Amino acid sequence: MTQADNEMRLLIIEDDRESADYLVKAFREVGHIADHAADGEEGLALAESGDYDVLVVDRMLPKQDGLSVIGALRDKGNRTPALILSALGQVDDRIKGLRAGGDDYLPKPYAFAELLARVEVLSRRQGGPAEETSYKVGSLELDRLSHRVMRGGEELTLQPREFRLLEYLMKHAGQVVTRTMLLENVWDYHFDPQTNVIDVHISRLRSKIDKGFDRPLLHTIRGAGYMIRE
Amino acid sequence: MTAFGKLIRTTAFRLTLVYLFLFALFAASLLAYFAWNTRRLITDQITTTVNGEVEEIADIYSRRGLRGLVFTLENRALRPGANLYLVTTPAGQAVAGNIASLAPGVMATNGWSETLYRRLDDQEAPHHRALVRVTQLSGGFRLLVGRDLEERRRLFGVVRSAAQWSVLVVVVLGLGGGVFVGRRVLRRIDAMTGTAQRIMAGDLSGRLPVGRSGDELDRLAENLNAMLERIEALMMGLKEVSDNIAHDLKTPLTRLRNRAEEALAKSRSEPEYRAALERTIEESDGLIRTFNALLMIARAESGQARDNMVDFDAAEIAGGIHELYEPLAEDNGLTLRIEAQPAQLRGNRELIGQALANLVENAIKYGRSDQADAAPASPEVLIEARREGSQVLLSVTDHGPGIPEADRSHAVQRFVRLEASRTLPGSGLGLSLAAAVATLHGGELRLTDAGPGLRATLAFPARAGDAQSATQTAEQKSA
Repeated sequence: MTQADNEMRLLIIEDDRESADYLVKAFREVGHIADHAADGEEGLALAESGDYDVLVVDRMLPKQDGLSVIGALRDKGNRTPALILSALGQVDDRIKGLRAGGDDYLPKPYAFAELLARVEVLSRRQGGPAEETSYKVGSLELDRLSHRVMRGGEELTLQPREFRLLEYLMKHAGQVVTRTMLLENVWDYHFDPQTNVIDVHISRLRSKIDKGFDRPLLHTIRGAGYMIRE
Repeated sequence: MTAFGKLIRTTAFRLTLVYLFLFALFAASLLAYFAWNTRRLITDQITTTVNGEVEEIADIYSRRGLRGLVFTLENRALRPGANLYLVTTPAGQAVAGNIASLAPGVMATNGWSETLYRRLDDQEAPHHRALVRVTQLSGGFRLLVGRDLEERRRLFGVVRSAAQWSVLVVVVLGLGGGVFVGRRVLRRIDAMTGTAQRIMAGDLSGRLPVGRSGDELDRLAENLNAMLERIEALMMGLKEVSDNIAHDLKTPLTRLRNRAEEALAKSRSEPEYRAALERTIEESDGLIRTFNALLMIARAESGQARDNMVDFDAAEIAGGIHELYEPLAEDNGLTLRIEAQPAQLRGNRELIGQALANLVENAIKYGRSDQADAAPASPEVLIEARREGSQVLLSVTDHGPGIPEADRSHAVQRFVRLEASRTLPGSGLGLSLAAAVATLHGGELRLTDAGPGLRATLAFPARAGDAQSATQTAEQKSA
């Protein structure tokens, strides 16, 4: 996930100096370029002039709050993906944030791995062809139209939900997807299960697609989530 | 404000004044009506008597002449309480009767008049008033018959003093009553105000005094007491939360701090530092989860989450949760089954989903075959969704050790993990969140015995006017 060809330009709009410094440093360490704006007005000006891949916007900002910054950008036709960071982590706040034009919502406090994974997925969304009819990773192929999954020329039988799980993983092949991302995107739940319920689903999927093959494709990324890659 | 000032400002006192005025007016007009009627009655009576006597006397005169007339009049004039009589010659000289003097000109005109007179037998007395009738007799004689009006005057005097006294009595009694009622009301209001002030000063256990009469003030006090009850319960809840936060958040925080301190105390190898940091992050994640759950409960309890209400099928939620947890249950040696019938519900889908997920997680945690000392009767967890009467029920049944009946209401409280389960991980907020979500939707969380095991049921009120869709599904099934 730190390859140079995946380098992103990020704008972090966050008023808390320490959090902002930490984020800028952390993103740079994994090979991305991160700029920082300390208030809503500065953030809006930078977002309009600079060519960014993803905006990371704190919801509560001095001068102009995060949602209205995103709203102003969208009104001007700027579609740069935006991830909202907020101390308000509730369901309703998330819905409000997404309605205002945000593309993703992450409640504070968050793990950097979670933020990074989400930002990378957002960036990919802007760049590449969003919806392909089939995905291929190594010898694993998934056809979205016929709902068929092949590994090394053999067809695999997946449950509908396993298919959607694999589909999501393959759509973001080479990227880390976190457990909460899976729960949100595959199951459409936005709560935080106390149990390892996602891990169980992953291990079932893994036993179907990787069992009996020399090269595993579905990898567990410690402290972050999962990734499908060759 | 002086005590008197306060008194005359009371509604009771002001009402009394209004009533007082109305009663006085009523008493006065009643007496006036009575007096006026009596006067008319007396006048009528006099008129009738006098007319009768005039006729009689005229008859005697025509039959027995002047002599008979004089004789009769002298006779009648002597009776006690006699009427007034006077007969004059055409020249105006008195011939017979009991009148000594008369206002001038009265005898000259025929008909009724009121006049002052003095009796023949009582010439010292002051002039009295009388109602008289004068008639012309044949031969130029004139006859006056009349009646003293003293009686009528006296009656009027009686009525006037009755009026004065009754108004006085009404005013005194009314004012007294007003003061009494006003002071009574004032005393009760003052008692209420005093209690309210004590409560405002921080003594939430205070209650307003409630009398036995069940009047409007009592009802008000009862309602205010019910409100205070609710406020106190909320405050107690808040206090309990802060106490529990103090306990359940401080404990992991202390652990967190101790670990960091311990890691810093001695120089260690890199893997050791790494392990210490990883444990730190794990511990903070647990803290964040607990915090989120607490916030969610607070939000559900305060009713803020009412905005995002949508219509959905309880069976669909149950299906989703079943699908999500089925593999986890299987890994724990349990079978997760589902029995769901379509049941429309209006609510916050996200919260209800989470509440059901919490119940399922609990069932998997506690209903596990390897967890209880005695193996559960059947390694099965059942999720049900159905409509029952006016309620939509979402229930999760396990066959683990269950919860003893005495502990059930306790189990719903925040942070409570029953002793038997202290060793299992969990924030202890799962059931409280489920209960808060149920309350938010006007429903409840019921914990019942599944014999053996526990059945946790979220009961929500079904959408109004939804009986139709229930019968429709029944028809579809039979078809």
